[in-house]
Amino acid sequence: MSNNNFLSLQLQVDDFLPASDAEKESLVILRESVSFWKDGMRRLLKNKVAMASLVVIVLIMFFSFVLPSFYPYTYKEQVRGSENLSPMTYSAAEQQRIAAGEKVFPHILGTDKLGRDYAVRVMMGSRISLLVGLVAAAIILLIGSIYGAVAAFFGGWVDTIMMRLVDIIYTVPDVLLIVLISFALKEPIDNLANTPAFRWINTIGANLISIFLVFALLYWVGMARIVRSQILVLKESEYVTAARALGATNSRIIRKHLLTNCIGTLIVTTTLQIPSSIFTESFLSFLGLGVAVPLPSLGSLASSAINGMTTYPYLLMAPGFLISLIILSFNLFGDGLRDAFDPKMKN
Amino acid sequence: MGKYIIKRLLLAALTIFLVATLTFFLMNAVPGGPYEAEKAISPQARAALEAKFGLDQPLGVQYVTYMKNLLHGDFGPSLKQRGREVKDIIFSKFPVSARIGGISVLMALCVGIPLGCISALNRGTAIDNTIIVIATCGIAVPSFVICSVCMYFFGVKLRLLPTVGISTWKHFIMPVFALSFYPTAYIARLMRSSMLDVLGQDYMRTAKAKGLSQTVSLFKHALRNAILPVLTYVGPMLAYTLTGSFIVERIFTIPGLGGEFISSISNRDYMMIMGTTIFLATLVIVMNVIVDIIYKFVDPRINLK
Repeated sequence: MSNNNFLSLQLQVDDFLPASDAEKESLVILRESVSFWKDGMRRLLKNKVAMASLVVIVLIMFFSFVLPSFYPYTYKEQVRGSENLSPMTYSAAEQQRIAAGEKVFPHILGTDKLGRDYAVRVMMGSRISLLVGLVAAAIILLIGSIYGAVAAFFGGWVDTIMMRLVDIIYTVPDVLLIVLISFALKEPIDNLANTPAFRWINTIGANLISIFLVFALLYWVGMARIVRSQILVLKESEYVTAARALGATNSRIIRKHLLTNCIGTLIVTTTLQIPSSIFTESFLSFLGLGVAVPLPSLGSLASSAINGMTTYPYLLMAPGFLISLIILSFNLFGDGLRDAFDPKMKN
Repeated sequence: MGKYIIKRLLLAALTIFLVATLTFFLMNAVPGGPYEAEKAISPQARAALEAKFGLDQPLGVQYVTYMKNLLHGDFGPSLKQRGREVKDIIFSKFPVSARIGGISVLMALCVGIPLGCISALNRGTAIDNTIIVIATCGIAVPSFVICSVCMYFFGVKLRLLPTVGISTWKHFIMPVFALSFYPTAYIARLMRSSMLDVLGQDYMRTAKAKGLSQTVSLFKHALRNAILPVLTYVGPMLAYTLTGSFIVERIFTIPGLGGEFISSISNRDYMMIMGTTIFLATLVIVMNVIVDIIYKFVDPRINLK
C-alpha cells in the first residue's frame, strides 16, 4: 500500500483511524496553565516576610475599623474624674463602681488630659491614618496612571510638555508646598463646609480634604513617570497595532490594552504609595495641619503628647509605635508584591 | 554638555519662578488679611498699615512689585516681627539649620555607604541580616517618633544629653541623629543593592582574574560604580532633611529656619511664609541641579542629550 513517491496524493488509510486511548492521553494537559496572577500569587505566598506583614496589616485593620464599634468607650467621650489615668488604673469613681459589684472596662492605655480613653483614640487615629493612606493611594493611582499613559501614548510634543510639567513638580520640595497649600486651602474649605450643600465635608474634616487635594495635586508625579516608562515600551507591541487596525479608539487602547498590561507595576507602586502617604499625613498632623479635633490621627496624638512626655511617656510611645508598625508592614508587603508581580523592578 | 547644563538651568529658573508665583497667589487667596487676628485695630490704622505694605494696591501690581523685589533679593518686611526684614530673619536663622542639615547629610553618607558595602560583601550572613533589619525599620520610623524617643530616653530618663538649644557639640548629637536616621537607612539599602549588582558584573571577575587585590578591586572598581545610585539620592535627601528640620527644630527648640517657618505659619506671617518658602524651594532646586550636573560628569556612560 505504501507509496514512496512523496509527490503522490494517495491517502493513507491509517491516518484516518480514530485515535487510540494512549494517543488521547498524551494530549491531555495535565497541569493547568499558570496565569500571571497565579504565578505572582504563588511567589507571594512563599514570601514569609510579606505574608507576615499582610497578617499584621489585617490585624491593624481589624483593630482600627472593627474594634472601636465594640469598644465600651468612644474616642470623644470624656469621662469626668478619670483624667490622666495611667494604663490599667481606675479613677476614684470607677473604683467605687467596681466595689459596688459593677464591671468597669479597664483603660488599657490610660486616658488623656480630657479624660478620653486613650486606647480607642489610638484605634481611631490609626483608622484615620489608614484611610488617608488608602484614599491618597487611590487618587495617586487614578491621576498618575492616566497622566503617564496619555503622555507616553501620544508622544511627541504632548509628551514633552506633560513631562516637563512633571519635572517641575518633581523638583519642588513637596512638603513645603503641601504645608503652604493646606494652609491656604484651610479657610476656603471651612467656608465651603458651612454652605448647606457641602455639609458632608464636616464629617470628614476640612483638613483631611485639603490633604487629599494636595496629594491629588502633587503626589502623582512618581506614578506618572513609572507608568510612562512602561507604556513607552508597551505601545510598540503588536496587539496595540492590531487593536488600532480593528478600529479601537485611543482611550480604549489605553484602558483595555496598555494599562491592563502594566497592572503589576500599578499594584506595586500603589501599595508602596500607601506608607509614604501615611508618613506625610502624620507629619502634617504633627505640625497641626492635619485632621481637625476631636478626630485623632496618629501624628496629632503624638504631637499633643510631646509636651507631657516626661510624665506620660506611653501617650507618645503608643501612637509612635503604631505608626512605625503600619509603615513598616506596608513597606514590607509592598516589597513582597514587587518581588512577586514585578520582578523587573527589583533592584 | 553645555547644552544640557543650560537646559537644566533654564528649567530650574522656570521652576523657581512658578513656585514664587504659586506661593504669592496662594498666600493672597487666603481669606482674611494678615491683620485679621488682631481684633482691636481701627480702620484708619488698618488702612495706614495696608498702605505702608502696599496691600491696598490691586493684586497684579502687588505681584509685579513683589517679583521685582525678589529679583533684588528683597523678601519684604516681616508682618509680625516688627521692624525686621524677612531677608534678615532668613539670613540669621538659616546658618543654624544649614549646619545641622549639613552635618546630617554628611553623617548619612559616611555611615550609610559603609553599612551598605559591609552588608553586600557579607551577603547572607548575620551581619547582613542585622543591617537589613535595621535599615528596613529605619525607613519606617517617622522623624518625630525618633526625636521623641531619643529625647525621652537620652534626655529625660538617662539625662545624658541636653534637650534644648544648640550651645555645645553635645546639643547636636540628638538632632543630627534624628535627622540622619532615615537617609542613613535609605542609603544603606540603596548601596547594598547597587553593590550586589556591581559585584556580579563581568569586570569584577576580570579584576579578580588578573590578580588584583581585594582592596584595589573593591575600592577602584566596585565602589566607584556602586556609588552612582547614591548620588541620585542626594537631591531627595536634601529635600527630606529640610522637611525633617521642621520637626526636629520644633522638638529640640533649635532657633533655625525650619522652626521659624512653622511658627510663621501659626502666626500667619504672610510675608515670612512666602519668603521662606521661596528661599527654601530655590535652595533645594538649585542643589538638585548641581547634583544632576555632577552626576553627568561622574558617570560618562549617561547620555547627555
